[in-house]
Amino acid sequence: MAAAIQAFALSKRFAGVQAVDRLNLTVETGEIFGLVGPDGAGKTTTMRMLAGILAPDEGSAFVAGYDVVRDSEAVKNQISYMPQRFGLYEDLTVDENIRFYADLFGVDAKTRTEHAARLLQAAGMAEFRNRLAGKLSGGMKQKLGLTCALIHHPRVLLLDEPTTGVDPVSRRDFWQILYALLAEGVTILISTAYLDEAERCTRLALLHRGSTLMCDTPERLKSKMKGATLIVTSQQPREASEALSGADGISSLVLVGDGVHLVVDDPSRRRGEIRRRLEAAGVPFEEINASEPTIEDLFVASIERESPYAGQ
Amino acid sequence: MPANDAHAARASVEVTDLVKRFGTFTAVDRVSFQATRGEILGFLGPNGAGKSTIIRVLCGLLRPTSGRAIVAGLDVASEAEAVRQHIGYMSQKFSLYNDLEVIENLRFFAGMYNVPNHLAQQRIAGAIAMAGLAGHEHDLTGTLAGGWKQRLALGCAVLHEPAILFLDEPTSGVDPISRRHFWELIHQHAAAGVTVFVSTHYMDEAEYCNRLALINRGRIVAMGTPAELKRHAMKGTLLLARCDPLGPALEAAQTAPGVMEAAVFGNALHLTVGDPRTAIAALPAYFTRNGVRCADLEQIRPSLEDVFVALTGVRPPPAGGPAQ
Amino acid sequence: MSAGRLIAMARKEFIQIRRDPRSLLIALLLPIMQMALLGYGISLDAKHLALYVYDQEGSQDSQALLKHFQASQYFDLIRTVNNYHDLKRAIDSEQCKLGVVIPFDFSKRIRDSGSASVQVIVDGTDDNTANLAIGYSQAVIADYSAGVQHDWLTTQGLPVAGGGGLSIEPRTWFNEDLESRNFIVPGIMALVMALVGALLTSLTIAREWERGTMEQLISTPVTSREVMLGKLIPYFVLGMIDAALCAAIGVWWFEVPFRGTVWMLALTTALFLAVVLAIGFVISAGLKNQLAASSIALMVTLLPTSLLSGYAFPIEQMPAPIRAITYLIYSRYYVTILKALFLKGVGARALLGEMTALAVYAVIAGFFATRAFRKTLV
Repeated sequence: MAAAIQAFALSKRFAGVQAVDRLNLTVETGEIFGLVGPDGAGKTTTMRMLAGILAPDEGSAFVAGYDVVRDSEAVKNQISYMPQRFGLYEDLTVDENIRFYADLFGVDAKTRTEHAARLLQAAGMAEFRNRLAGKLSGGMKQKLGLTCALIHHPRVLLLDEPTTGVDPVSRRDFWQILYALLAEGVTILISTAYLDEAERCTRLALLHRGSTLMCDTPERLKSKMKGATLIVTSQQPREASEALSGADGISSLVLVGDGVHLVVDDPSRRRGEIRRRLEAAGVPFEEINASEPTIEDLFVASIERESPYAGQ
Repeated sequence: MPANDAHAARASVEVTDLVKRFGTFTAVDRVSFQATRGEILGFLGPNGAGKSTIIRVLCGLLRPTSGRAIVAGLDVASEAEAVRQHIGYMSQKFSLYNDLEVIENLRFFAGMYNVPNHLAQQRIAGAIAMAGLAGHEHDLTGTLAGGWKQRLALGCAVLHEPAILFLDEPTSGVDPISRRHFWELIHQHAAAGVTVFVSTHYMDEAEYCNRLALINRGRIVAMGTPAELKRHAMKGTLLLARCDPLGPALEAAQTAPGVMEAAVFGNALHLTVGDPRTAIAALPAYFTRNGVRCADLEQIRPSLEDVFVALTGVRPPPAGGPAQ
Repeated sequence: MSAGRLIAMARKEFIQIRRDPRSLLIALLLPIMQMALLGYGISLDAKHLALYVYDQEGSQDSQALLKHFQASQYFDLIRTVNNYHDLKRAIDSEQCKLGVVIPFDFSKRIRDSGSASVQVIVDGTDDNTANLAIGYSQAVIADYSAGVQHDWLTTQGLPVAGGGGLSIEPRTWFNEDLESRNFIVPGIMALVMALVGALLTSLTIAREWERGTMEQLISTPVTSREVMLGKLIPYFVLGMIDAALCAAIGVWWFEVPFRGTVWMLALTTALFLAVVLAIGFVISAGLKNQLAASSIALMVTLLPTSLLSGYAFPIEQMPAPIRAITYLIYSRYYVTILKALFLKGVGARALLGEMTALAVYAVIAGFFATRAFRKTLV
């Protein structure tokens, strides 16, 4: 089966800044693919190009089998794009918004009514049908935006940072809906600046300055990470940090609120040394635990590998 | 930085039963907490939870409806103007003027905070060094990348050497390396005795704080160090189960004995169980009996998001969420 | 083009207009206010002009002349003075608009030679009123002088020039009372239509960009033509309602006659609306900012229409180069049509030229409108 989304050397430049830099991407049908990276990494620009609303300077992309540059209107029939601001009309009710988008995609009334009822029920919004979209909470707006995007059964879903600023409970509900869609064979491309959200994706690509740092399943990415993460929990994190700085085998030392996160080359060997150092310095600590590296650890490690941190 | 008792009093914040209402909407609902000198305290919660309102009250920008807030030894209700001399406020998105040069922004804020002339020069130089912007004093602020702007904004906020620092979503959107560097700076300030308040909805940013207050709908839902919250707030223990196929695995897990909650998370399941040991022993067989292959089952540390959901996990009441 | 999508766009726009107090205010209240303000406020007539008299003679003849002035609806005889100084002061302090000075030998001259001069001093600061004042006084005096001539001829025993001889009896066709209101109100209607049409539409595209809904809209299969038509249809309907409102106010409140046919009014108004709506759309699509768009819309409608459309200042009296420019002003044709429909009652044949001009304009503006809105970000 052909991949749902394919991008080759996609590039876009704005006012002297290379927003997207020869990006390659392949999203298989039926997976949730995460475009992960901080603001300015090129996520939104990439999304817009794949949605056919922004023309790339160079490169090409195919979404649902259609060329986004030559057949952008054909692409739009197959996909749903949900931008960061959800595309909701605040002065229209929930029902009016859904009806509008359904009509734009030519969904007949019967299908629309059934599907909308099901989606709203799943989202827990059935009793808000007559409420103005502007009067909904952040989490509900997000779910309404998703409902409008799904009303025409798209094959591919492009979601640009849909969970930004939304409360964690709504975020969970949102992801449950996404997982349910996978079961129906929908392909989802989701962009996020939340590095911890990236772990929920089937596969992900870490974006930095417009190009991909790495791309794989979360597990495989983490297993590639050399060394392991150790977490030292201490009430005096600063003193712990000072005591451990300069110790052998530690490639990364990050001061956090309640301790220190370390990346070491050999956890079993270094654990003892760390313990000894802390005790020698008289720094109280509660425990030293091994931990899986986070996506952020991956990010930092690979960026540092690319260019030594010296600034711009 | 001065290190005496007066400063210790100045660096403390004490809030008692704070309430702030806007018309019929209660944005802050009886919030109480304390922060001591040199502490990094985080307000964690989604947009609209009331974090910004609390901070604005503490900065003297909003009058409390009831309750008390003592900042730097001063009552914000009656001495709002005096309070502002002792606090610094940094909001990366709104602080800086993009059409001013780096040094012009610094001079502007030095003026705003009434930094005495004989000290201003020296402190501005210090801010430039801290931000790593030596040689870039005359760059237009709008041309700086996110991480640099962030450190510049911090520099502008501390020119008057405040005892208390408020950071509003300080590292949203900044790349992870810049973010780590920024937090090193914050920790240095805290080490020197500055009390730091951070307001954020990024769960992983909260890890940088010494203590956290989880805020939801105007109330503090829980308070403690990140480790404490993870240990005590969860109703059970979190297990990670790699199962195949995922859909049936979820269904099976939801009715499995000893499993309080089950949810899909990426390619695996997160299970909340009462007793991890018996669960790890019994579950693999249970899954096999239900036609699911379970490759891996291990206990994992909950994330702050898990904690937050566990504490606030009740769906919003049918009356609907507040208008945001 | 998909009817379903077109209807969806139009329906959404209708709902939004209904729920937006500002749009409703502009659409419904503005026309009424404009008609009222301008209809009552602007009167190019001058009536009841304050008049002071310096009657040096005080004779029966001079009194007779003064009675003519008093009888005229154009003048209010306020006061008599007995020296130039007071008269001048009265004019300077705007206590009167003009002063009439009757010389001390008025009746003697009339008896002797049949003619005498009367001095009329006018406050010239307001050009228009001054000219009218002079004109009216000449009319009054002419009237009196006709009587004087008649009497003098009779006393001389000469035949009176009645029956023979030519006399000019001016009659103004179509606007007998020279009520400037009849002349202006149709023009006001054109102004209101231009304003409302362009102003409302100028916000529509810009608003979607500012609110962030445009991004999602252009990612759907809707075509730019469907967006344009779908958005303009509700404003077209609103515009026609406004036209009916203005016409109704003009006819029933201001008692301007309407001698044309309703369907001609509707047809020509529809044409005009097509033009202004398209202009508003182009502005909105070009400037993605609501504030800028509405400002430009005001400039492009208010200015040309009030100055160069013939609404208040007759085109025939403009210098030739300016007159040439007015051919480019779209509202000029509509004003001509409206005046013709209201006051003359002509049919389509007479107005064919103007209607063609409007149609051409509509085609050109429509062409730009379809090109103005693109379904891409950059």
